[in-house]
Amino acid sequence: MAFEYLINFWIFAFMYIILVVSLNLSMGFTGLINLGHLAFWGVGAYTSALLTLNGVPWYFAMLAAGIVAAFFGFILALPTSKIKGDYLAIVSLGLVFIMDSVVRNWTSLTRGALGLPGIPRITSSSINFLVFSFILAAVVYFFAYKLVSSKHGKIMQAVRDDETAAKVLGKNTQLYKIMSLVISTFMAGIAGSLFAHYITFIDPTIFSPDILIIVLSMLIVGGLASLNGAVFGAIIVLALSELPRIIIVVPALIGPIRDMTFALLVLIVLIYKPRGLFGKVDL
Amino acid sequence: MLSIKSVAKNFGGVKAVNKCSFDIEENKITALIGPNGAGKTTLFNIISGLIGIDKGTIKLQNENITNLQPHKIANLGISRTFQLTKVFRNMSIKDNMLLAKHTSEEEIKKILDSVYLHKPLDTFASELSYGQQRLLEIARALLMPHSLLMLDEPTAGVNPKIRQELKLILKNLKKEGKTVLLIEHDMDFVMSVSDTIVVLNQGRVLKIGKPKQVVKDKKVLEAYLGK
Repeated sequence: MAFEYLINFWIFAFMYIILVVSLNLSMGFTGLINLGHLAFWGVGAYTSALLTLNGVPWYFAMLAAGIVAAFFGFILALPTSKIKGDYLAIVSLGLVFIMDSVVRNWTSLTRGALGLPGIPRITSSSINFLVFSFILAAVVYFFAYKLVSSKHGKIMQAVRDDETAAKVLGKNTQLYKIMSLVISTFMAGIAGSLFAHYITFIDPTIFSPDILIIVLSMLIVGGLASLNGAVFGAIIVLALSELPRIIIVVPALIGPIRDMTFALLVLIVLIYKPRGLFGKVDL
Repeated sequence: MLSIKSVAKNFGGVKAVNKCSFDIEENKITALIGPNGAGKTTLFNIISGLIGIDKGTIKLQNENITNLQPHKIANLGISRTFQLTKVFRNMSIKDNMLLAKHTSEEEIKKILDSVYLHKPLDTFASELSYGQQRLLEIARALLMPHSLLMLDEPTAGVNPKIRQELKLILKNLKKEGKTVLLIEHDMDFVMSVSDTIVVLNQGRVLKIGKPKQVVKDKKVLEAYLGK
């Protein structure tokens, strides 16, 4: 039982690592305040679920999940030449509500609030799924590491620090913002697909702000512009979110105490480590 | 080298730049002076493509660069600095420089030496003083392949030592035959480094001439020097 629980914990940890690493690419390394990241993971989950439920092999479905999410990322990236900072945050957050509304109301495709049950599992063995999740998270981490260490990664960071200065150094900043969002949302789509094939059921609650708060807490605790921060932030916050489940006997208290734990953790980190545990830039 | 013809830019009802025309000669240092609000920085932003214009044309070596995107103009050979220093604060000196041109450490050190910035390459830009950040920004602009260098108030907010170093840097650029367009309020600085002075007032060119001619001009004295 405890072994199964641990496997479950680490599968979720790897999934969140993919999500936080990908969010860090756009938010931490390129400075695009994208609060709509969850929309892309939801799009990935639904794309993969719908395709596999219609007989498409999971590996094609997972790739398609990334591509469809990246397409929506591209759409979001287009106005970033005009929309920046807080305004981009609001526009991107709006995307989550739009997706939620589409999924709830396009019942002929998504079954609305009833959700999609019976999504095929990639493998029936939990250990195999764990290994697969680990490999995916490692690939995403490695790719992100290579990207941010490269010449292109430095340009992304220049866009974050001072877009005007980057422009007059001959950098096509709009292209880099698009690239960053497309890659980041592709990864989020893959994470969504992984989630759908593990849980085997998805419904519109996948776009719930609760998950957004978890992912943002992971990013803040780990720190912006740090891949190691994304990994540790995901693991620490996930572990803390599990703690109430272990130590609290009254089930009704688990949810509220978990929310309070996030709030406290983020507050403590922001007071004592304003850049997060491993962050390289200010929030 | 750079030709500005009848350039006009309005911000609402304000004529920031008004039918402005002048040429910048190759291998010369041209200073752009004028009272606050004369349109100097707006003109810099127009030349580098950060602000589009309503009328007129701008040509760099006979190539029309009017309303091109900033990165395209930069890649055509215009390098610049800003009135308020714009370095990448979360990056090292080396990474700041590499963003201008992918080159060897040797070349980076050579350029940094030429602007009297002697700091380890892995020092973060945020750890530098304001004056040193200004030197880093100038070094970065120098490293970027360019035919025209534009410096926006390089001596603003720096201490007297760095001001002297900046004067030497400009004099060395002059010796090397670089083409520079300079905005500056420090008239001693302007007089000692520039070959030509363009005086702007209320978005219009008031006077163009040699430094000694310009400072004696009645209209310039009235508009700018307040005499």
